[in-house]
Amino acid sequence: MMDALGILATASVWAATLRIATPLIFGTLGTLLCERSGVLNLGIEGIMTIGAMVGWLTVYRSGDLWLGLFAAALIGALFGLIHAVFTVSLGLSQHVTGLGITLFASSLAYYTFRLAVPMAASPPTIVPFQPWRVPLLSDIPFLGEAIFVQAAPTYVAIILTVIVGYVLVYTPLGTAIRMTGENPHAVEAQGLNPIRIRIWSVVAGSALMGMGGAFLTIAVFNSFFPTMVQGRGWICTALVVFASWKPWKALLGAILFGLFDAYQLRLQQVVAGAIPSQIFLMIPYVLSIAALVVSTQRARVPQALMQPFRRGEH
Amino acid sequence: MLTRRRLIATAAAASAVPLLGRPVRAADKIKLAGIHAVPLENAWSSRVHAALTAAAKDGVIDYVYSESVATADYPRVVREYAEQGVQIIWGESYTVEGDVRKVAAEYPKIGFLMGSGGKPQANNFGVFQTFNHEAAYLAGVMAGKMSKTGVFGTVGGFPIPEVNVPVNAFRLGVKQTRPDAKFLIAYIRTWFDPAKAKEAATAQIDSGADILFGERIGTADGAQARNVLSVGNYLDYTPRYPKTVFANAVWMFRPIIDGFIADYRAGNPMNKDYSSYSLMKNGGNELVYAKDLVTPEAVAAMEERKAAIMSGKLEIPVDASNPA
Repeated sequence: MMDALGILATASVWAATLRIATPLIFGTLGTLLCERSGVLNLGIEGIMTIGAMVGWLTVYRSGDLWLGLFAAALIGALFGLIHAVFTVSLGLSQHVTGLGITLFASSLAYYTFRLAVPMAASPPTIVPFQPWRVPLLSDIPFLGEAIFVQAAPTYVAIILTVIVGYVLVYTPLGTAIRMTGENPHAVEAQGLNPIRIRIWSVVAGSALMGMGGAFLTIAVFNSFFPTMVQGRGWICTALVVFASWKPWKALLGAILFGLFDAYQLRLQQVVAGAIPSQIFLMIPYVLSIAALVVSTQRARVPQALMQPFRRGEH
Repeated sequence: MLTRRRLIATAAAASAVPLLGRPVRAADKIKLAGIHAVPLENAWSSRVHAALTAAAKDGVIDYVYSESVATADYPRVVREYAEQGVQIIWGESYTVEGDVRKVAAEYPKIGFLMGSGGKPQANNFGVFQTFNHEAAYLAGVMAGKMSKTGVFGTVGGFPIPEVNVPVNAFRLGVKQTRPDAKFLIAYIRTWFDPAKAKEAATAQIDSGADILFGERIGTADGAQARNVLSVGNYLDYTPRYPKTVFANAVWMFRPIIDGFIADYRAGNPMNKDYSSYSLMKNGGNELVYAKDLVTPEAVAAMEERKAAIMSGKLEIPVDASNPA
C-alpha cells in the first residue's frame, strides 16, 4: 500500500500523468498557435469532438491508426478554416463564432456517427494504439516505465511542441505569427499579409486540436461516444493563459494538470472515506487556478488578441 | 424507423380508431414515446432502448423516441409527444421531477412511466428504479471467491441511488465469500468519460485491487490493460472484453414496460412503483458470466445463492447509502 507522498514515487502515476496530459498538450498547443496570431478559438471543444469521431471512424473503416490521426488533423484544419473565414476574413466576433463552431462540430460529429455506425448497446471497437516501449530508454529503471512506455501519439505531441516552440521563437515565420498577434498593421507595413498568416495559424492550430480529440478514441479508449471530450477543450483554453502563451510552459501546464489528476485518483484510494470525493475532483482545477494566479502575474497577452484586422483601419 | 411521415400516419390512424366505435385501449399497438436524456450508447439507456425496440418488434407497441434531450428542453419534449397523441410516455425524470409531473397532471389519459427517485402520483404517473442488485450481489459472491489480493475496486459515476444500490449489493456478495475484503471506490462525476474511468481503474489496480466493479464504461479497459478481472454493469460486456469481464449484472427493462402496458390496457391505476418487476424472479435482472474465466467454486457458491433468491428464501436489500 502507498501513502500520500509515496504515490509520487510510483512509475505508474507518472505514466498516467503523460496519458492524461496528451490530449491537453495537443489542444493547448493548438490554442496557443491560434492565439499567438491574434485569434481566440473557442471552437476547440467541438473540434476535439469531431476529431475524436473522424479519427475513430477512419480507423474503424481502414484499420490504419496513423491514417486516423491524420484524418483527425484534417477535419480539425477544415473547421479551423471555417472559424478563420468568419473571424479573420470577415472579422466577426471570435467568441460567438468559436462557440458556434463548438456547437456545430459536436452536433455534426454526433449526427455523422449515428448515420455511419449501426446503433448498438456498446458501440463498435477498434484496436487502439498500444503503449510503445521506446528501445533502450524504456529499460532505464523507474524513468523507463514512467516516461518511455506510452502510446506513440504522446511522443508526437511532445515533438510537435518542440517544433512549434522552435518555429515561433527562432524562425522568420514564427516572428511573423507573433507579430500578427501583437500588431497586424505593423506586419502589413512589412509587406506581409496578416490575414493570410492568421488563417493559416488557425488552420494549423485547429488541426492540433483535432489530433488531441482523436487521442481519446484511438489511443486511450477504443470507441467514440458523442460526449466524451468532457470539457478538455476548455481546460486547454485556460492552460494557454497559465502558460503565458509560451509553448514550453504550455507543455508544462498540461503535464502539471495531468499530474494533479493522476495524483488525486490515487489519493482517493489511499485516504478513502476520510475526505469527500468532491474535494479530490476539485484538486486539479483548484491547483491549476492557483498556478494560474501565480504564473500570470507577468503574463503578456498578445496585444491584438480578439481584435479583427481590417485593412486601413486603426 | 422513426420518420415524421410515419409518426403522422400512425397518429392519424390512431385518431380514427374511436370513430370506428372501438375502445381506445383494445389490443391494438400502444403508441409509446421514449424520451432519453442522453445518447443511447449510455449503458442504462441502451437497456431501456433495447427492451422498447424488442417490444415494438413483437408488435406490442409503436415506439418513437428522442435521445440527448437536454434538461431545459425535457418538459417541452414531453408535452410535444403528449400533444401528438401518444398513449404512453417513457422517460427519466431524475433531473426534471417537478416539471414533468406538472405536464403529466395535464394529460391524465396518458400513462407516464418514469425512471425516478420520487414517488408515483395521480393515476397516471408510475415510477421505477433500476433493480439489478441481485445480479450484482451474485457477481460479488463470485468475485470474493476469485480475488487473490482481496482488494475490490469500483468506478462509479455519481454517488446516487441508481449507482449505490448495485455497488452495495456487489460488496455484500463479496463479503459473504471473502470476509476480509477491502473495498475501494472512485467516482468520476460524469456519466461519460471512458478515459477518466480507465485512469480511475488503473489507480485502483495500483492500490492492489484485482477485481473491479465497472459501474461506468472505461473501467474494464483499465482492467484489461493490466490483466485483472472486471464485472460489467447493466449489460453483457464480456463480448467487448472477452478476457477481462468475467461476470455481468445485466438489467432487463422488458418486465417493467410489459407490466405498465398491462395496467394501461386494463385501465388500472398506474401510480405504482414498478421496480419490483425487475427482480430476478420476474426475469428483470440476471447474472451473465464467462465460463472460461471463472472457477468452479465461484460458480457453485453463486448457484447456491441464486437458487435461494429465485425461491424467495434470500432477499437482497436495496441499499442506496453511499458506499465508503
